[in-house]
Amino acid sequence: MKSGLYGFLFAMWLLIIIGGGIVVTLLGPISISGYGESNWFIGSIIKGIIAIILVIIWILILSKLKNWIFKKELKI
Amino acid sequence: MIELVIPAIISCTLAFFIVFFITPPLIKILAKKNYTVKDMNKKENVMIVRPGGPSIILGIVVSELVLYGFFQLNEILAIIITTTAAFLIGYVDDRKVMGGWFKPVTLAIAALPIILLGAYDSDLAFPLFGDVQIPLLYLGLIIFMIPITGNTINSIDVLNGVSSGFMVIASFTLSICLFILQNYEIAILSLPLGFVSLAFYKYHKIPSKIFPGDSGALTFGAMYGVIAIVGGVEIIAAIALLPAVINSFLFLSSVKRVVEHRQIKGKPVEHTDDFKLKATNDKTAPVTLVRLILSGGPLSEKQVGFVIFKLTIFSGILAIITAFLMGVSI
Repeated sequence: MKSGLYGFLFAMWLLIIIGGGIVVTLLGPISISGYGESNWFIGSIIKGIIAIILVIIWILILSKLKNWIFKKELKI
Repeated sequence: MIELVIPAIISCTLAFFIVFFITPPLIKILAKKNYTVKDMNKKENVMIVRPGGPSIILGIVVSELVLYGFFQLNEILAIIITTTAAFLIGYVDDRKVMGGWFKPVTLAIAALPIILLGAYDSDLAFPLFGDVQIPLLYLGLIIFMIPITGNTINSIDVLNGVSSGFMVIASFTLSICLFILQNYEIAILSLPLGFVSLAFYKYHKIPSKIFPGDSGALTFGAMYGVIAIVGGVEIIAAIALLPAVINSFLFLSSVKRVVEHRQIKGKPVEHTDDFKLKATNDKTAPVTLVRLILSGGPLSEKQVGFVIFKLTIFSGILAIITAFLMGVSI
């Protein structure tokens, strides 16, 4: 059990590192032009929507991982 | 660097000894007023005083005010105001049972001084891959971060000494990471949290003489969250906090809604005849970190606490590795 918890911690850490890479790669280059002073605002909204989608995907993966690592324990 | 040493020594000494010397009289005052709750994990009918929040916040505010005398940074004001607000929110919840909405909403409001004082950098730093600029999104992150860290620490405050011991490990880890990243001023500002937690742990460790209560736990969590934001180490702070994050994640994914612990009917943990802790088979009970730890068999309260501390040390090591990876880019 305890090794499962350490494994889950390590997996969460890896997911954070990989997720960070995806965030920087996807969100970093986004730059909007052609809307004047609203460029900054529209760009931020798009980045926000993508970030929320990424967080939801991150939680879903984590949830699957949790069920897989703790499948025996979660039957309690 | 050398000019930071004296303020660091003074503030850390004050943080530790204020809590160390104020907590015993606070215990007496609370006992006289009969502000006690039953320690559910003891065989005998043991009553423990709470909340310990007042001594914790006093240690933090005095030490940070001393640091403000040296540095005059808006970051210090943000720490003092937001942490004090979190303490007051927790204190209200200690005295009066509030709805499930109360803490998240009011803690979000408590985060506003960080924005108003401009004590943040909207670039989010990731290890290996660098920074990403998210100006508008970052404001949302600040608003969410304080309720999350506050409630995360509060949710792990389930056994004698766990929340304060957990905070000792997590906050010193965060300070080490800030030193690694050469963010010396914020590292110095973060040190009082570790020393306050350490002094409080003396009275909170098993067998507890005092419980931190919501006021203490929210104070710990909120200050941790503010340091993460003003230090620009949000990702590292989240990693150091992972065991508590897992606890909240398991809880939320099993009950599938934001709810106060006291509103949950099912019990995740029960006691054996010799009063060890044991995971229940109750399908309606939430899955928690303690329940998962106990799925391998009954353990004493002290043993469960040590398992949580070992997990926290492990996540602390991962946080320190992450701090070193911040300097590496691919």
